[in-house]
Amino acid sequence: MEYRFDEKARYAKTHEWVRVDGGEVVMGISDYAQNKLSDVVFVELPVTGTQLKGGTACMVIESVKAAEEVFAPVSGEVTGRNGKLEKTPELLNTDPFGEGWLVKLKLTDPKELDALMDAAAYRAYVATL
Amino acid sequence: MSFIPNTDADRAQMLAAIGVDSVSDLFRDVPKEHLFPRLVLPSAVSEQEILAELDSLSRQNADPGRTPCFLGAGAYRHFIPSVVDFVLSRSEFYTAYTPYQPEISQGTLQAIFEYQSLIARLTGMEVSNASHYDGATATAEAVIMSLNVSQHQRKRVLLSAGVHPHYRAVVRTYTQGMGLDIHDDKDTEATIERLAVLCDSQTACVVVQCPDFFGRMVPPSTITALAQKVHACGALLVVAVNPVSLGLLVPPGELGADVVVGEGQALGNALSFGGPYLGFFAFRRDQIRRSSGRIAGETVDRAGTRGYVFTLSTREQHIRREKATSNICTNQSLNALAAAVYLVSLGPRGLQRVAELCWHKAHYAAERIAKLPGYTVDTAEFFHEFVIRCPRPAETINRRLFDQQGIIGGFDLGQEFPGKEHEMLLCCTEMNSRGEIDKLVEALEEAGNA
Repeated sequence: MEYRFDEKARYAKTHEWVRVDGGEVVMGISDYAQNKLSDVVFVELPVTGTQLKGGTACMVIESVKAAEEVFAPVSGEVTGRNGKLEKTPELLNTDPFGEGWLVKLKLTDPKELDALMDAAAYRAYVATL
Repeated sequence: MSFIPNTDADRAQMLAAIGVDSVSDLFRDVPKEHLFPRLVLPSAVSEQEILAELDSLSRQNADPGRTPCFLGAGAYRHFIPSVVDFVLSRSEFYTAYTPYQPEISQGTLQAIFEYQSLIARLTGMEVSNASHYDGATATAEAVIMSLNVSQHQRKRVLLSAGVHPHYRAVVRTYTQGMGLDIHDDKDTEATIERLAVLCDSQTACVVVQCPDFFGRMVPPSTITALAQKVHACGALLVVAVNPVSLGLLVPPGELGADVVVGEGQALGNALSFGGPYLGFFAFRRDQIRRSSGRIAGETVDRAGTRGYVFTLSTREQHIRREKATSNICTNQSLNALAAAVYLVSLGPRGLQRVAELCWHKAHYAAERIAKLPGYTVDTAEFFHEFVIRCPRPAETINRRLFDQQGIIGGFDLGQEFPGKEHEMLLCCTEMNSRGEIDKLVEALEEAGNA
Protein backbone atom coordinates (compact mmCIF):
# COMPACT_ATOMS: atom_id res chain seq x y z
CA MET A 1 0.00 0.00 0.00
CA GLU A 2 1.38 3.39 -1.05
CA TYR A 3 0.62 6.19 1.39
CA ARG A 4 0.95 9.92 0.93
CA PHE A 5 3.30 11.85 3.20
CA ASP A 6 3.81 15.57 3.69
CA GLU A 7 7.54 16.23 3.68
CA LYS A 8 7.14 19.45 5.68
CA ALA A 9 5.11 17.93 8.52
CA ARG A 10 6.28 16.23 11.71
CA TYR A 11 4.55 13.10 12.95
CA ALA A 12 3.52 11.33 16.15
CA LYS A 13 3.47 7.54 16.55
CA THR A 14 -0.30 7.84 16.96
CA HIS A 15 -0.44 9.11 13.32
CA GLU A 16 -1.17 12.79 13.80
CA TRP A 17 0.91 15.46 12.05
CA VAL A 18 1.85 19.05 12.88
CA ARG A 19 3.15 21.55 10.36
CA VAL A 20 4.55 25.00 10.90
CA ASP A 21 3.31 27.13 7.98
CA GLY A 22 4.86 30.56 8.35
CA GLY A 23 3.47 31.80 11.65
CA GLU A 24 0.76 29.14 11.81
CA VAL A 25 0.85 25.71 13.36
CA VAL A 26 -1.62 23.28 11.78
CA MET A 27 -2.51 19.79 12.92
CA GLY A 28 -4.19 16.83 11.23
CA ILE A 29 -4.08 13.07 10.82
CA SER A 30 -1.89 11.20 8.34
CA ASP A 31 -2.91 9.50 5.12
CA TYR A 32 -2.13 6.18 6.82
CA ALA A 33 -4.57 7.07 9.65
CA GLN A 34 -7.41 8.11 7.34
CA ASN A 35 -6.90 4.94 5.33
CA LYS A 36 -7.20 2.77 8.43
CA LEU A 37 -10.28 4.66 9.62
CA SER A 38 -12.02 4.29 6.24
CA ASP A 39 -14.84 6.73 5.36
CA VAL A 40 -14.99 9.49 7.96
CA VAL A 41 -18.54 10.58 8.78
CA PHE A 42 -18.11 12.95 11.72
CA VAL A 43 -15.39 14.94 13.45
CA GLU A 44 -15.95 16.56 16.80
CA LEU A 45 -13.36 19.35 16.93
CA PRO A 46 -12.36 20.92 20.27
CA VAL A 47 -13.68 24.45 20.78
CA THR A 48 -11.39 27.42 20.19
CA GLY A 49 -9.43 28.31 23.31
CA THR A 50 -9.12 24.71 24.52
CA GLN A 51 -5.67 23.88 25.92
CA LEU A 52 -4.41 20.64 24.40
CA LYS A 53 -1.88 18.55 26.26
CA GLY A 54 0.64 16.67 24.12
CA GLY A 55 0.04 12.92 24.06
CA THR A 56 -3.53 13.07 25.36
CA ALA A 57 -6.84 12.56 23.54
CA CYS A 58 -8.27 15.82 22.24
CA MET A 59 -11.07 14.86 19.84
CA VAL A 60 -12.96 11.96 18.31
CA ILE A 61 -13.24 11.01 14.65
CA GLU A 62 -16.09 8.74 13.64
CA SER A 63 -15.89 6.60 10.55
CA VAL A 64 -18.35 4.13 9.17
CA LYS A 65 -16.67 1.42 11.18
CA ALA A 66 -15.28 3.01 14.34
CA ALA A 67 -14.96 6.00 16.61
CA GLU A 68 -11.30 6.79 17.26
CA GLU A 69 -9.62 9.27 19.52
CA VAL A 70 -7.12 11.73 18.12
CA PHE A 71 -4.13 12.56 20.30
CA ALA A 72 -2.55 15.99 20.42
CA PRO A 73 1.00 15.53 19.09
CA VAL A 74 2.13 18.63 20.99
CA SER A 75 0.74 20.92 23.70
CA GLY A 76 -0.96 24.15 22.70
CA GLU A 77 -4.05 26.29 22.58
CA VAL A 78 -6.63 25.78 19.82
CA THR A 79 -6.72 29.01 17.79
CA GLY A 80 -8.68 27.80 14.78
CA ARG A 81 -10.85 24.85 13.66
CA ASN A 82 -11.58 23.53 10.20
CA GLY A 83 -15.28 24.39 9.96
CA LYS A 84 -15.53 22.71 6.55
CA LEU A 85 -15.34 19.30 8.24
CA GLU A 86 -18.76 19.82 9.77
CA LYS A 87 -20.50 19.50 6.41
CA THR A 88 -17.80 17.63 4.49
CA PRO A 89 -15.93 15.29 6.87
CA GLU A 90 -14.79 13.26 3.82
CA LEU A 91 -12.11 15.94 3.26
CA LEU A 92 -10.19 13.99 5.88
CA ASN A 93 -10.08 11.06 3.48
CA THR A 94 -9.47 12.91 0.25
CA ASP A 95 -6.92 15.48 1.41
CA PRO A 96 -5.61 14.69 4.91
CA PHE A 97 -2.63 17.05 4.65
CA GLY A 98 -4.49 19.89 2.96
CA GLU A 99 -8.21 20.66 3.13
CA GLY A 100 -8.69 17.94 5.73
CA TRP A 101 -6.66 19.70 8.44
CA LEU A 102 -8.22 19.63 11.93
CA VAL A 103 -7.15 22.56 14.12
CA LYS A 104 -4.63 25.40 14.31
CA LEU A 105 -2.54 25.68 17.45
CA LYS A 106 -0.51 28.17 19.41
CA LEU A 107 2.34 26.02 20.72
CA THR A 108 3.09 25.97 24.43
CA ASP A 109 6.70 24.95 23.82
CA PRO A 110 8.06 24.79 20.24
CA LYS A 111 10.79 22.41 21.48
CA GLU A 112 8.13 19.68 21.71
CA LEU A 113 8.26 19.52 17.91
CA ASP A 114 11.76 18.07 18.10
CA ALA A 115 10.42 14.95 19.80
CA LEU A 116 8.24 14.16 16.75
CA MET A 117 9.34 12.18 13.68
CA ASP A 118 10.17 13.88 10.39
CA ALA A 119 8.59 12.54 7.18
CA ALA A 120 11.44 10.13 6.48
CA ALA A 121 11.35 8.63 9.97
CA TYR A 122 7.54 8.36 9.88
CA ARG A 123 7.62 6.74 6.42
CA ALA A 124 10.04 4.16 7.79
CA TYR A 125 7.82 3.68 10.86
CA VAL A 126 4.68 3.12 8.77
CA ALA A 127 6.56 0.58 6.67
CA THR A 128 7.04 -1.55 9.81
CA LEU A 129 3.31 -1.65 10.62
CA MET B 1 -23.07 -29.88 29.62
CA SER B 2 -22.19 -27.55 32.43
CA PHE B 3 -23.28 -23.95 32.19
CA ILE B 4 -20.90 -22.86 34.93
CA PRO B 5 -17.97 -21.38 33.05
CA ASN B 6 -15.37 -21.65 35.86
CA THR B 7 -13.49 -24.87 36.46
CA ASP B 8 -12.66 -26.08 39.99
CA ALA B 9 -9.10 -24.95 39.35
CA ASP B 10 -10.34 -21.47 38.34
CA ARG B 11 -12.33 -21.22 41.53
CA ALA B 12 -9.48 -22.42 43.72
CA GLN B 13 -7.28 -19.75 42.16
CA MET B 14 -9.85 -17.01 42.77
CA LEU B 15 -10.39 -18.12 46.38
CA ALA B 16 -6.62 -18.12 46.95
CA ALA B 17 -6.36 -14.61 45.47
CA ILE B 18 -8.85 -13.19 47.96
CA GLY B 19 -7.57 -15.33 50.82
CA VAL B 20 -10.46 -17.61 51.72
CA ASP B 21 -10.57 -21.39 51.83
CA SER B 22 -13.97 -22.15 50.35
CA VAL B 23 -16.99 -20.49 48.76
CA SER B 24 -19.01 -21.03 51.94
CA ASP B 25 -16.45 -18.89 53.80
CA LEU B 26 -17.79 -15.94 51.81
CA PHE B 27 -21.09 -16.28 53.68
CA ARG B 28 -19.53 -16.55 57.14
CA ASP B 29 -21.08 -13.26 58.25
CA VAL B 30 -24.63 -14.48 57.68
CA PRO B 31 -26.04 -15.83 60.99
CA LYS B 32 -26.52 -19.61 60.84
CA GLU B 33 -30.26 -19.53 61.43
CA HIS B 34 -30.69 -17.22 58.42
CA LEU B 35 -28.39 -19.10 56.06
CA PHE B 36 -30.80 -21.91 55.23
CA PRO B 37 -34.02 -20.90 57.01
CA ARG B 38 -36.87 -23.38 57.07
CA LEU B 39 -39.52 -22.03 54.72
CA VAL B 40 -42.98 -22.44 56.19
CA LEU B 41 -45.06 -22.74 53.05
CA PRO B 42 -48.64 -23.95 52.76
CA SER B 43 -49.09 -27.31 51.10
CA ALA B 44 -49.35 -27.43 47.34
CA VAL B 45 -52.70 -26.68 45.70
CA SER B 46 -54.05 -27.35 42.22
CA GLU B 47 -53.74 -24.89 39.34
CA GLN B 48 -57.49 -24.27 39.54
CA GLU B 49 -57.29 -23.42 43.25
CA ILE B 50 -54.31 -21.12 42.87
CA LEU B 51 -55.98 -19.22 40.01
CA ALA B 52 -59.06 -18.72 42.18
CA GLU B 53 -56.90 -17.38 44.99
CA LEU B 54 -54.95 -15.02 42.73
CA ASP B 55 -58.21 -13.81 41.21
CA SER B 56 -59.64 -13.01 44.62
CA LEU B 57 -56.43 -11.12 45.50
CA SER B 58 -56.59 -9.11 42.26
CA ARG B 59 -60.20 -8.18 42.98
CA GLN B 60 -58.99 -6.24 46.01
CA ASN B 61 -57.38 -3.75 43.62
CA ALA B 62 -59.37 -0.78 42.39
CA ASP B 63 -59.00 -1.62 38.73
CA PRO B 64 -59.30 1.52 36.59
CA GLY B 65 -61.02 -0.65 33.99
CA ARG B 66 -63.98 -1.00 36.35
CA THR B 67 -63.59 2.05 38.60
CA PRO B 68 -64.29 5.63 37.50
CA CYS B 69 -60.85 7.26 37.45
CA PHE B 70 -59.87 10.94 37.24
CA LEU B 71 -56.21 10.48 37.99
CA GLY B 72 -53.63 11.51 35.37
CA ALA B 73 -50.49 13.43 36.32
CA GLY B 74 -48.31 11.85 33.65
CA ALA B 75 -49.96 8.43 33.09
CA TYR B 76 -53.28 8.33 31.29
CA ARG B 77 -56.11 5.89 30.83
CA HIS B 78 -57.16 5.69 27.19
CA PHE B 79 -59.04 3.18 25.13
CA ILE B 80 -56.68 0.65 23.54
CA PRO B 81 -58.01 -0.95 20.34
CA SER B 82 -57.78 -4.77 20.32
CA VAL B 83 -55.47 -4.70 17.31
CA VAL B 84 -52.70 -3.28 19.54
CA ASP B 85 -52.56 -6.33 21.78
CA PHE B 86 -53.04 -8.63 18.81
CA VAL B 87 -49.89 -7.32 17.12
CA LEU B 88 -47.92 -7.11 20.37
CA SER B 89 -48.66 -10.68 21.34
CA ARG B 90 -47.21 -12.10 18.13
CA SER B 91 -44.27 -14.14 19.35
CA GLU B 92 -41.92 -12.60 16.76
CA PHE B 93 -42.28 -9.32 18.65
CA TYR B 94 -43.21 -10.48 22.11
CA THR B 95 -40.34 -12.83 22.84
CA ALA B 96 -37.46 -11.13 21.08
CA TYR B 97 -34.87 -9.39 23.18
CA THR B 98 -32.96 -6.33 21.99
CA PRO B 99 -31.28 -7.31 18.72
CA TYR B 100 -27.52 -7.54 19.25
CA GLN B 101 -27.16 -8.72 15.69
CA PRO B 102 -29.80 -6.28 14.57
CA GLU B 103 -29.94 -6.75 10.82
CA ILE B 104 -31.00 -10.36 11.20
CA SER B 105 -34.26 -9.07 12.77
CA GLN B 106 -35.67 -7.11 9.84
CA GLY B 107 -39.21 -7.15 11.28
CA THR B 108 -38.07 -5.64 14.56
CA LEU B 109 -36.07 -2.97 12.76
CA GLN B 110 -38.95 -2.13 10.46
CA ALA B 111 -41.30 -1.82 13.45
CA ILE B 112 -38.86 0.59 15.09
CA PHE B 113 -38.48 2.53 11.84
CA GLU B 114 -42.27 2.87 11.51
CA TYR B 115 -42.52 4.03 15.15
CA GLN B 116 -39.79 6.63 14.54
CA SER B 117 -41.54 7.89 11.41
CA LEU B 118 -44.82 8.29 13.30
CA ILE B 119 -43.21 10.10 16.23
CA ALA B 120 -41.31 12.45 13.91
CA ARG B 121 -44.53 13.31 12.11
CA LEU B 122 -46.54 13.72 15.33
CA THR B 123 -43.99 16.04 16.95
CA GLY B 124 -43.11 17.93 13.76
CA MET B 125 -39.45 16.94 14.02
CA GLU B 126 -37.02 15.47 11.48
CA VAL B 127 -35.63 12.49 13.42
CA SER B 128 -36.82 10.24 16.24
CA ASN B 129 -34.81 7.63 18.06
CA ALA B 130 -36.06 4.14 18.87
CA SER B 131 -37.35 5.36 22.30
CA HIS B 132 -36.09 5.66 25.86
CA TYR B 133 -37.40 4.14 29.09
CA ASP B 134 -40.06 6.76 29.87
CA GLY B 135 -40.85 10.45 29.69
CA ALA B 136 -38.49 11.19 32.58
CA THR B 137 -35.43 9.48 31.07
CA ALA B 138 -36.17 10.96 27.64
CA THR B 139 -36.16 14.43 29.24
CA ALA B 140 -32.87 13.71 31.00
CA GLU B 141 -31.34 12.46 27.72
CA ALA B 142 -32.45 15.69 26.03
CA VAL B 143 -30.58 17.67 28.69
CA ILE B 144 -27.47 15.51 28.16
CA MET B 145 -27.77 15.96 24.39
CA SER B 146 -27.75 19.74 24.86
CA LEU B 147 -24.55 19.41 26.92
CA ASN B 148 -23.05 17.37 24.05
CA VAL B 149 -24.07 20.05 21.55
CA SER B 150 -22.24 22.67 23.63
CA GLN B 151 -19.28 20.24 23.85
CA HIS B 152 -19.69 20.50 27.61
CA GLN B 153 -18.71 24.17 27.57
CA ARG B 154 -22.11 25.20 28.98
CA LYS B 155 -23.21 24.12 32.43
CA ARG B 156 -26.53 25.85 33.00
CA VAL B 157 -29.87 24.10 32.53
CA LEU B 158 -33.10 26.02 32.90
CA LEU B 159 -35.86 23.71 33.96
CA SER B 160 -39.40 25.07 34.10
CA ALA B 161 -41.37 24.31 37.26
CA GLY B 162 -44.14 23.20 34.90
CA VAL B 163 -42.11 20.12 33.95
CA HIS B 164 -43.34 16.93 35.67
CA PRO B 165 -41.66 16.74 39.12
CA HIS B 166 -40.51 13.17 38.44
CA TYR B 167 -38.87 14.23 35.16
CA ARG B 168 -37.06 17.01 36.99
CA ALA B 169 -35.89 14.56 39.68
CA VAL B 170 -34.56 12.17 37.02
CA VAL B 171 -32.76 15.00 35.20
CA ARG B 172 -30.94 15.68 38.47
CA THR B 173 -30.17 11.99 39.04
CA TYR B 174 -28.86 11.46 35.50
CA THR B 175 -26.65 14.54 35.56
CA GLN B 176 -25.29 14.35 39.09
CA GLY B 177 -21.55 14.78 39.21
CA MET B 178 -21.48 16.78 35.97
CA GLY B 179 -21.24 20.06 37.87
CA LEU B 180 -24.39 21.50 36.32
CA ASP B 181 -26.28 24.54 37.46
CA ILE B 182 -29.87 23.35 37.17
CA HIS B 183 -32.30 25.98 38.18
CA ASP B 184 -35.56 27.83 38.20
CA ASP B 185 -37.76 24.85 38.82
CA LYS B 186 -39.07 25.78 42.24
CA ASP B 187 -41.50 28.62 41.57
CA THR B 188 -44.62 27.06 40.06
CA GLU B 189 -45.99 30.50 39.21
CA ALA B 190 -42.91 31.52 37.20
CA THR B 191 -43.76 32.23 33.57
CA ILE B 192 -42.13 31.13 30.34
CA GLU B 193 -41.22 34.78 29.75
CA ARG B 194 -39.14 34.68 32.94
CA LEU B 195 -37.25 31.62 31.69
CA ALA B 196 -36.52 33.48 28.48
CA VAL B 197 -34.98 36.32 30.46
CA LEU B 198 -32.75 33.92 32.44
CA CYS B 199 -31.37 32.22 29.30
CA ASP B 200 -27.79 33.34 28.60
CA SER B 201 -24.56 32.31 26.86
CA GLN B 202 -23.82 29.76 29.62
CA THR B 203 -27.19 28.03 29.17
CA ALA B 204 -27.11 24.63 27.44
CA CYS B 205 -30.86 24.21 27.25
CA VAL B 206 -34.25 25.40 28.41
CA VAL B 207 -36.79 22.69 29.22
CA VAL B 208 -40.52 23.38 29.24
CA GLN B 209 -43.58 21.15 29.24
CA CYS B 210 -46.75 21.82 27.25
CA PRO B 211 -49.39 21.26 28.45
CA ASP B 212 -47.47 21.58 31.70
CA PHE B 213 -47.72 19.30 34.73
CA PHE B 214 -50.68 21.38 36.00
CA GLY B 215 -52.48 20.91 32.69
CA ARG B 216 -51.94 24.52 31.59
CA MET B 217 -51.44 25.14 27.90
CA VAL B 218 -48.76 27.48 26.64
CA PRO B 219 -49.78 29.67 23.67
CA PRO B 220 -47.85 28.77 20.48
CA SER B 221 -46.63 32.37 20.17
CA THR B 222 -45.02 32.12 23.64
CA ILE B 223 -43.13 28.98 22.63
CA THR B 224 -42.01 30.59 19.37
CA ALA B 225 -40.75 33.69 21.21
CA LEU B 226 -38.95 31.50 23.75
CA ALA B 227 -37.34 29.48 20.92
CA GLN B 228 -36.03 32.68 19.32
CA LYS B 229 -34.49 33.85 22.59
CA VAL B 230 -33.00 30.42 23.34
CA HIS B 231 -31.49 30.16 19.86
CA ALA B 232 -30.07 33.68 20.09
CA CYS B 233 -28.19 32.45 23.17
CA GLY B 234 -26.93 29.39 21.26
CA ALA B 235 -28.89 27.03 23.51
CA LEU B 236 -31.43 24.30 22.73
CA LEU B 237 -35.14 24.36 23.47
CA VAL B 238 -36.47 21.08 24.83
CA VAL B 239 -40.25 20.69 24.91
CA ALA B 240 -41.98 17.84 26.75
CA VAL B 241 -45.45 17.10 25.43
CA ASN B 242 -48.40 14.81 25.95
CA PRO B 243 -48.57 13.02 22.58
CA VAL B 244 -52.38 12.76 22.65
CA SER B 245 -52.64 16.55 22.95
CA LEU B 246 -50.88 16.78 19.58
CA GLY B 247 -54.12 15.54 18.03
CA LEU B 248 -55.30 19.12 18.61
CA LEU B 249 -52.28 21.31 19.33
CA VAL B 250 -49.56 22.67 17.04
CA PRO B 251 -46.56 20.30 17.28
CA PRO B 252 -43.53 21.85 19.04
CA GLY B 253 -41.42 21.13 15.94
CA GLU B 254 -43.35 23.86 14.15
CA LEU B 255 -42.71 26.29 17.01
CA GLY B 256 -38.92 26.10 17.02
CA ALA B 257 -38.26 23.27 19.51
CA ASP B 258 -34.89 21.51 19.06
CA VAL B 259 -35.81 18.37 20.99
CA VAL B 260 -39.33 17.10 21.65
CA VAL B 261 -39.72 14.45 24.33
CA GLY B 262 -42.48 12.94 26.40
CA GLU B 263 -44.17 9.97 27.93
CA GLY B 264 -45.54 7.72 25.21
CA GLN B 265 -47.68 5.54 27.51
CA ALA B 266 -50.88 7.33 26.49
CA LEU B 267 -50.40 5.89 22.98
CA GLY B 268 -51.76 2.36 23.25
CA ASN B 269 -50.01 1.33 26.48
CA ALA B 270 -51.91 0.26 29.60
CA LEU B 271 -51.37 1.99 32.96
CA SER B 272 -49.86 -1.26 34.36
CA PHE B 273 -48.97 0.07 37.83
CA GLY B 274 -46.59 2.65 36.33
CA GLY B 275 -44.63 0.70 33.73
CA PRO B 276 -43.09 -0.39 31.51
CA TYR B 277 -43.69 2.78 29.54
CA LEU B 278 -41.74 4.46 26.76
CA GLY B 279 -40.09 7.83 26.34
CA PHE B 280 -40.22 9.33 22.89
CA PHE B 281 -37.34 11.50 21.74
CA ALA B 282 -37.37 13.53 18.53
CA PHE B 283 -34.95 16.16 17.29
CA ARG B 284 -33.51 18.04 14.34
CA ARG B 285 -31.32 16.36 11.76
CA ASP B 286 -28.35 18.71 12.19
CA GLN B 287 -27.83 17.45 15.76
CA ILE B 288 -28.13 13.77 14.91
CA ARG B 289 -24.49 13.03 15.87
CA ARG B 290 -25.06 14.37 19.36
CA SER B 291 -28.33 12.54 19.95
CA SER B 292 -28.93 9.60 22.27
CA GLY B 293 -30.40 6.15 21.82
CA ARG B 294 -30.68 3.73 18.96
CA ILE B 295 -31.84 4.82 15.52
CA ALA B 296 -33.19 2.47 12.86
CA GLY B 297 -32.67 3.56 9.28
CA GLU B 298 -34.01 2.48 5.92
CA THR B 299 -31.59 1.54 3.18
CA VAL B 300 -31.18 -0.89 0.27
CA ASP B 301 -29.16 -4.09 0.13
CA ARG B 302 -26.76 -4.87 -2.72
CA ALA B 303 -29.64 -6.17 -4.83
CA GLY B 304 -31.42 -2.84 -4.40
CA THR B 305 -34.11 -4.28 -2.11
CA ARG B 306 -35.38 -2.21 0.79
CA GLY B 307 -33.92 -3.16 4.16
CA TYR B 308 -33.47 -1.74 7.64
CA VAL B 309 -30.36 -1.19 9.78
CA PHE B 310 -29.37 0.30 13.07
CA THR B 311 -27.52 3.40 11.99
CA LEU B 312 -25.19 6.00 13.54
CA SER B 313 -24.08 3.43 16.10
CA THR B 314 -20.72 5.15 16.56
CA ARG B 315 -22.53 7.51 18.98
CA GLU B 316 -23.35 4.57 21.23
CA GLN B 317 -21.51 3.17 24.19
CA HIS B 318 -20.75 -0.28 22.78
CA ILE B 319 -18.47 1.54 20.29
CA ARG B 320 -17.62 4.88 21.86
CA ARG B 321 -17.38 3.66 25.46
CA GLU B 322 -17.15 6.50 27.97
CA LYS B 323 -17.37 9.12 25.22
CA ALA B 324 -20.78 7.88 24.06
CA THR B 325 -23.58 10.43 23.73
CA SER B 326 -25.62 8.45 26.25
CA ASN B 327 -25.26 5.52 28.63
CA ILE B 328 -28.34 3.91 27.17
CA CYS B 329 -28.19 1.81 24.03
CA THR B 330 -31.45 -0.03 24.32
CA ASN B 331 -35.07 0.97 23.82
CA GLN B 332 -38.61 0.07 24.85
CA SER B 333 -39.36 -1.81 21.65
CA LEU B 334 -42.58 -3.55 22.57
CA ASN B 335 -44.04 -0.38 24.10
CA ALA B 336 -42.92 1.61 21.07
CA LEU B 337 -44.59 -0.96 18.85
CA ALA B 338 -47.81 -0.53 20.86
CA ALA B 339 -47.57 3.23 20.27
CA ALA B 340 -46.99 2.69 16.55
CA VAL B 341 -49.92 0.28 16.15
CA TYR B 342 -52.13 2.62 18.19
CA LEU B 343 -51.27 5.64 16.04
CA VAL B 344 -51.70 3.71 12.80
CA SER B 345 -55.03 2.21 13.83
CA LEU B 346 -56.41 5.62 14.86
CA GLY B 347 -54.94 7.65 12.05
CA PRO B 348 -54.57 11.46 12.23
CA ARG B 349 -58.34 11.97 12.35
CA GLY B 350 -58.80 9.35 15.07
CA LEU B 351 -56.13 10.91 17.26
CA GLN B 352 -57.74 14.30 16.77
CA ARG B 353 -61.09 12.81 17.81
CA VAL B 354 -59.56 11.31 20.99
CA ALA B 355 -57.99 14.68 21.83
CA GLU B 356 -61.29 16.48 21.22
CA LEU B 357 -63.16 14.06 23.47
CA CYS B 358 -60.58 14.55 26.23
CA TRP B 359 -60.80 18.32 25.87
CA HIS B 360 -64.59 18.46 25.92
CA LYS B 361 -65.04 16.06 28.82
CA ALA B 362 -62.42 17.82 30.94
CA HIS B 363 -63.97 21.21 30.20
CA TYR B 364 -67.44 19.93 31.02
CA ALA B 365 -66.14 18.63 34.37
CA ALA B 366 -64.28 21.88 35.12
CA GLU B 367 -67.31 24.00 34.31
CA ARG B 368 -69.53 22.00 36.69
CA ILE B 369 -66.95 21.85 39.50
CA ALA B 370 -66.40 25.62 39.30
CA LYS B 371 -70.04 26.07 40.32
CA LEU B 372 -69.71 23.95 43.46
CA PRO B 373 -69.64 25.86 46.75
CA GLY B 374 -66.15 25.91 48.27
CA TYR B 375 -64.37 24.80 45.08
CA THR B 376 -62.45 26.95 42.63
CA VAL B 377 -60.99 25.92 39.29
CA ASP B 378 -57.69 27.28 37.92
CA THR B 379 -58.60 29.72 35.15
CA ALA B 380 -55.65 28.92 32.85
CA GLU B 381 -56.36 27.40 29.42
CA PHE B 382 -55.99 23.63 29.68
CA PHE B 383 -56.15 20.46 27.62
CA HIS B 384 -57.52 17.51 29.62
CA GLU B 385 -56.17 18.18 33.11
CA PHE B 386 -56.88 21.06 35.46
CA VAL B 387 -56.24 22.13 39.02
CA ILE B 388 -59.09 22.56 41.48
CA ARG B 389 -58.84 24.09 44.94
CA CYS B 390 -60.86 22.12 47.47
CA PRO B 391 -62.57 23.28 50.68
CA ARG B 392 -60.75 20.46 52.54
CA PRO B 393 -57.35 18.80 51.99
CA ALA B 394 -57.24 16.90 48.70
CA GLU B 395 -56.18 13.77 50.57
CA THR B 396 -59.38 13.88 52.67
CA ILE B 397 -61.54 14.51 49.60
CA ASN B 398 -59.90 11.64 47.68
CA ARG B 399 -60.35 9.24 50.58
CA ARG B 400 -64.05 10.10 50.74
CA LEU B 401 -64.53 9.84 46.97
CA PHE B 402 -63.07 6.37 47.01
CA ASP B 403 -64.61 5.00 50.23
CA GLN B 404 -68.10 6.43 49.71
CA GLN B 405 -68.47 6.45 45.93
CA GLY B 406 -65.81 4.10 44.56
CA ILE B 407 -64.26 6.92 42.53
CA ILE B 408 -60.51 7.31 42.02
CA GLY B 409 -60.05 11.07 42.42
CA GLY B 410 -57.33 13.38 41.16
CA PHE B 411 -53.66 13.83 42.01
CA ASP B 412 -53.13 15.37 45.44
CA LEU B 413 -50.67 18.18 44.61
CA GLY B 414 -49.59 18.39 48.26
CA GLN B 415 -47.66 15.15 47.66
CA GLU B 416 -45.17 16.98 45.44
CA PHE B 417 -45.71 20.65 46.28
CA PRO B 418 -45.76 21.67 49.95
CA GLY B 419 -48.44 24.30 50.46
CA LYS B 420 -50.72 22.86 47.79
CA GLU B 421 -52.44 20.38 50.14
CA HIS B 422 -55.87 21.73 49.18
CA GLU B 423 -55.21 21.42 45.46
CA MET B 424 -56.04 18.50 43.22
CA LEU B 425 -55.13 17.83 39.59
CA LEU B 426 -58.08 16.23 37.82
CA CYS B 427 -57.96 14.52 34.44
CA CYS B 428 -60.67 13.42 32.02
CA THR B 429 -60.12 11.26 28.95
CA GLU B 430 -62.50 9.67 26.44
CA MET B 431 -62.86 6.85 28.99
CA ASN B 432 -64.87 9.02 31.42
CA SER B 433 -68.56 8.93 30.56
CA ARG B 434 -70.78 11.92 31.22
CA GLY B 435 -72.51 9.85 33.90
CA GLU B 436 -69.16 9.28 35.65
CA ILE B 437 -68.34 12.98 35.52
CA ASP B 438 -71.75 13.92 36.95
CA LYS B 439 -71.21 11.37 39.71
CA LEU B 440 -67.78 12.88 40.45
CA VAL B 441 -69.27 16.38 40.71
CA GLU B 442 -71.92 15.20 43.15
CA ALA B 443 -69.35 13.27 45.16
CA LEU B 444 -67.06 16.31 45.32
CA GLU B 445 -69.93 18.44 46.58
CA GLU B 446 -70.78 15.88 49.23
CA ALA B 447 -67.12 15.42 50.24
CA GLY B 448 -66.67 19.19 50.49
CA ASN B 449 -69.60 19.54 52.86
CA ALA B 450 -68.99 16.47 54.99
